Amino acid sequence: MQISVRNRIWSSAPYLLLAISVVPVLVGYFWLLISSFSTRTEGLLPVGGLTLKNWSFLRETPFGRGYPSIWRVTLNTFLIAAFMTVVVVLVSSLAGYALSRLNFPGRRQFLSLTLILHAFPSVTLLIGIFFVLRTLNLYNTIVGVGLVMVGFEMPFGIWLMKGFFDNVSWDMERAALIDGASRLQVWWQIIIPTLKPGIAALAIFAFVSGWNAWLIPKTFTIGAGQQATLSVYLQNFQGDTVAVDWGAVTAVGLFQLIPVALFFIFTQDLLLSIYAGGAKGGA
Amino acid sequence: MDLKLSTERGGNQTPSPVEVSNPASIVGRLRSKLGAYGFMAPAVVLIVLFFFIPVIILFILSFSELKSANFGTLQWWLPANWSLDNYFRIFNDSFFSKFLGNTLFYVLTTLALFNFGSALAIALLTTHINRRAGFIFRLMWLLPRLTPSVIYILMWRRIASRLPHGILNQFLVPLGLGTGDDLLQTMPWVFVIVVNGLIGASFGLVIFTSAIEAIPRDFLKASKVDGASTLQTIRFVILPMIRWPILFVLTYQTLSLLTSFEQILLLTGGGPGLFKTEVWALRAYHLALSTESGNTQWGYGAAWAVVLVVIGVVAAIIYMRVFKFDELVQEPKIDLL
Repeated sequence: MQISVRNRIWSSAPYLLLAISVVPVLVGYFWLLISSFSTRTEGLLPVGGLTLKNWSFLRETPFGRGYPSIWRVTLNTFLIAAFMTVVVVLVSSLAGYALSRLNFPGRRQFLSLTLILHAFPSVTLLIGIFFVLRTLNLYNTIVGVGLVMVGFEMPFGIWLMKGFFDNVSWDMERAALIDGASRLQVWWQIIIPTLKPGIAALAIFAFVSGWNAWLIPKTFTIGAGQQATLSVYLQNFQGDTVAVDWGAVTAVGLFQLIPVALFFIFTQDLLLSIYAGGAKGGA
Repeated sequence: MDLKLSTERGGNQTPSPVEVSNPASIVGRLRSKLGAYGFMAPAVVLIVLFFFIPVIILFILSFSELKSANFGTLQWWLPANWSLDNYFRIFNDSFFSKFLGNTLFYVLTTLALFNFGSALAIALLTTHINRRAGFIFRLMWLLPRLTPSVIYILMWRRIASRLPHGILNQFLVPLGLGTGDDLLQTMPWVFVIVVNGLIGASFGLVIFTSAIEAIPRDFLKASKVDGASTLQTIRFVILPMIRWPILFVLTYQTLSLLTSFEQILLLTGGGPGLFKTEVWALRAYHLALSTESGNTQWGYGAAWAVVLVVIGVVAAIIYMRVFKFDELVQEPKIDLL
């Protein structure tokens, strides 16, 4: 009897510890949800009743005139994320294929180099990129921001795709080559279709990092203007100087979380396998 | 030839005896090389544009005196305007020891408590319990990394905020702990470390988990049969078997933390007061890229950043030697056409 009680405590202890460990983040999410439907909150409790007016940003700008509407900002964010997804997947799978299958001078050096670049401090690159973007006339443009973010994902994308290609048996590919198909045909018609799960993982990763990004858009655009992304927009309205409309800020935040939450719920296995390796220069 | 083609992955490459295209044809070879470079070209352009050129610009800037006041007039790219003054200035900075101390404290504490400590603890716990439950807890630990940083920090600011809004103070003050003031003002380091640590831990967590799951079940059974307690199994079986992943996570996360600053910028902005939580990378960012001060010092900021570049490159070379990344760059399977 004694032993079984002790056993039960001992076997539930890991669950208890793990449950405690995830409390802070869950509390944060819970507050975000409550606050977006409340007049205001104290702790985790709504004060002054529940309301839907925080969500009026969907119809009109909540932060006053002179700021772009939420739909413009959402479109910007979507364009950057979609651009990033397409370009990262395309360019990494081209380069990954060559690095996995072809031998050419510079291959080894290129692979070692991208490995170093993946661990490269992002602040050091941002300073130089400021001048690159100004020279290319891309400072304060969505295209410029998108390109920089694509560039930063390159080392990770290339290594990931090379790994996928390495694991594909090349019997079919060789047969096709002998039959006279070109490399490009083989790449597109034979290998890419077998790599759909891997490509989906990279695409999701690229989309979410583009959708969430704050530092790069913030550094290379000016304030919450026409070029703003959701993160920049949101950050702009919680400064210390102006009175913050927490209800509206949390509602916009929740709005931004919708696609991320969908990926989180529906692609769990992919996420856990890809996310640990992907952060560049972050904590 | 078939044997070689289907089994050999890298290693010593002897030229294939048979090539599908005519081996003597120079044109054919040239075409194959051109094909490879065609596949590589877009990636190379992006890497040159956003890694190579910026690093070169960074080094040049660090020798110049470029700042808001002479932006547009100073020809910073001319060697005539270069000097090492910025590097001397770093060491004479009146807050130099503060920035250095902050950085070391931040990196070591976060690494020990979270990026390594929590990562290992959560990996051991989630592989110990029911498989499905363990998976869900790991997924929860992934949330901070998946959440947009602005929203993640928004939550933490509210958790730390003063009464009556602050979530944590709602519980602390009735217990007689603290004064109900903004906790980011009274204990900023605690929050900087927790906020970054919860993001950073998921990296080690995923790596440790797959390493632990790769340990053959027989080893764990054997140690159970021999009467080892759970802690003894961890100490004498699991930890020795995952020592390489441990070493990898430790070194990789040291560099990651050293160069991270986005969350600190959002959470405390380096404050409160004069540089209370300002770390090296944030200092470089503030000097060279922050537009708020109105006095952007590209040259001086670049010198702070160059120090990080040097550390990053040295660390990367160490990874390559210690973890034999050379083996990852083995020769490709086929190169016939």
